[in-house]
Amino acid sequence: MNKVNKIGLLLSLIISSSAWGGALKIEITQGVSSAQPIAVVPFSSQQIVGGVTVDIAQIVSDDLARSGRFKPLSRLDMLAKPSSAEQVNFRNWQALGQDNLLIGKVLPAANGYLTVQFQLFDVYKGEQLTGFSIPTNGANLRAVAHRISDLVYETLTGQKGAFSTRIAYITSTHAAQGEAEYKIQVADADGFGAKTIVTSSEPLMSPAWSPRGDKLSYVSYERRRSSIYTQTLRTGQREKLRSFKGINGAPSWSPDGSRLALTLSKDGSADIYIYNVITRSFRRLTRSYAIDTEPDWSPDGRHIIFTSDRGGKPQIYQISVNGGQAKRLTFEGVYNARASYSPDGKAITMVHRVNGQYRIASLELKTGFTHILSDGHLDESPSYAPNGSMILYSTSDGLKTILAAVSSDGKVRQKLRLHGGDVREPAWSPFKAK
Amino acid sequence: MKTYQKLLASLCLSSALAGCSLLGGDEQVNAGAGTEGVNGSASTSTTGLADGSSFEGHALDNPASPLSTKVIYFAFDSSAVAPEYEAVLAAHSAYLAANSGVSIFVEGHADERGTREYNVALSEKRAKTVQNLLSLQGAGSNQTEAVALGEEKPVVLGHDEASWRLNRRVELIYPAH
Repeated sequence: MNKVNKIGLLLSLIISSSAWGGALKIEITQGVSSAQPIAVVPFSSQQIVGGVTVDIAQIVSDDLARSGRFKPLSRLDMLAKPSSAEQVNFRNWQALGQDNLLIGKVLPAANGYLTVQFQLFDVYKGEQLTGFSIPTNGANLRAVAHRISDLVYETLTGQKGAFSTRIAYITSTHAAQGEAEYKIQVADADGFGAKTIVTSSEPLMSPAWSPRGDKLSYVSYERRRSSIYTQTLRTGQREKLRSFKGINGAPSWSPDGSRLALTLSKDGSADIYIYNVITRSFRRLTRSYAIDTEPDWSPDGRHIIFTSDRGGKPQIYQISVNGGQAKRLTFEGVYNARASYSPDGKAITMVHRVNGQYRIASLELKTGFTHILSDGHLDESPSYAPNGSMILYSTSDGLKTILAAVSSDGKVRQKLRLHGGDVREPAWSPFKAK
Repeated sequence: MKTYQKLLASLCLSSALAGCSLLGGDEQVNAGAGTEGVNGSASTSTTGLADGSSFEGHALDNPASPLSTKVIYFAFDSSAVAPEYEAVLAAHSAYLAANSGVSIFVEGHADERGTREYNVALSEKRAKTVQNLLSLQGAGSNQTEAVALGEEKPVVLGHDEASWRLNRRVELIYPAH
């Protein structure tokens, strides 16, 4: 299961002009034997003059492999490469031990447009499970491939696919003179098509998606002080929230997009405040002398979880958005911090210290059971995929920091290596990211 | 680790960070703490301190003065200022009291362990502890501003205690100096 995929990275102009290197490498470091075998046959594009530059089947195959739920058949082992149903001999695929078969083709359409057709089969029943015809243009073939991955994943697992979503993260490089460069980048969920949305010589932190996926809030240090900005991704325009003396940090959007929870220290120690986007007013939510920070909203918008050291050591607490008494959620270990809810609200993921190592853990809210998911020393910033299947986080890799992902049951782990500087604080977009 | 020591050395050259000389070892961490206070010497240039040699330059740069120490180091997960920094903070308080037009940033930092926003809050606690000690000894409250950078601006990039202890710090920054 140690499958290494070397993939060329689509570079934006901004990145290619900087010191960033060429490739993102995804390495599945731990897989599961229960992964379903599936054959994803190269899509035919012989009816397109000059062919197409995007290998749709390879993208789908890589998506499915990364989920840990599927084990795609190597192309070298394929006995035939059918692109329509009448060419399929199910016995061949049965002999190769495949459960499912995906075939497809790219066809010309009117006005220079294209149509991508695909069919998914159950190899043993010899039946089609699903099939679609998707109109597109040549520039959107990667997006079409991810859409096909979503449909295949949903058909075979019953769970919505998250391959068409995006990720945001922070990068930093430290040049020899001590000059640093910080960036926020937004990329497809598979790390391709990374675009820099903001660059600074001072730290950038804590990217947080709006629930519609059209905006990103983040912390920027400019002229030594921290401020929270909200940037519209399509236009690049950003708005600075009113900032206060002390900490302006840890923004988190309410599920309905009307409010931000954030951390301010203007009244003494770090406390959680609620900022109303419409009235532009701030309301103080916590009032302890301790550190209260890293708020995250429950999916129903009724509660906020946060990190507090009010008991001496950092632990996760939950409070009603209307205030009142905070309830401690974590009791295992002396360090639990930066928690966020799973999309179904039944669990939280957090940084958990065990034997001096900082690891990603999840806590089942109903049972109180803590499950350690990662195996690094300095793992940080866990972020659930919007379908809850995986958790993206950062981990140390030698002297560098890279992104890694783990399935929410802890069974499948992978590392995402991006050449260049440190990559950290990943934030997985919601489904509706445009 | 050698690369990072070199990097630190170059940082020291470029930014004249006080405390860079501490890389040599633990015993040097408290350099400056043993020297006598220079409470009366807050003018722009001074001569004849401690060892009797002359120093031509700014009082804040006088290597024989506790004022030249502008970085305070902390224990893990602690915002308590160690007693060896008493003379340093006394000297800076006196300097600020004597120069009411001068204002400084008290910049808190944390090591990389733990979560980033929690470390921002922890580094603010360190900065505010130092800020309070400066105020108690005569610095005006409008002369100091606490800022919290968490683990975002490490001086050393290694993943070990030798690096971490240099990153858990509060820097006194005289922007106009």
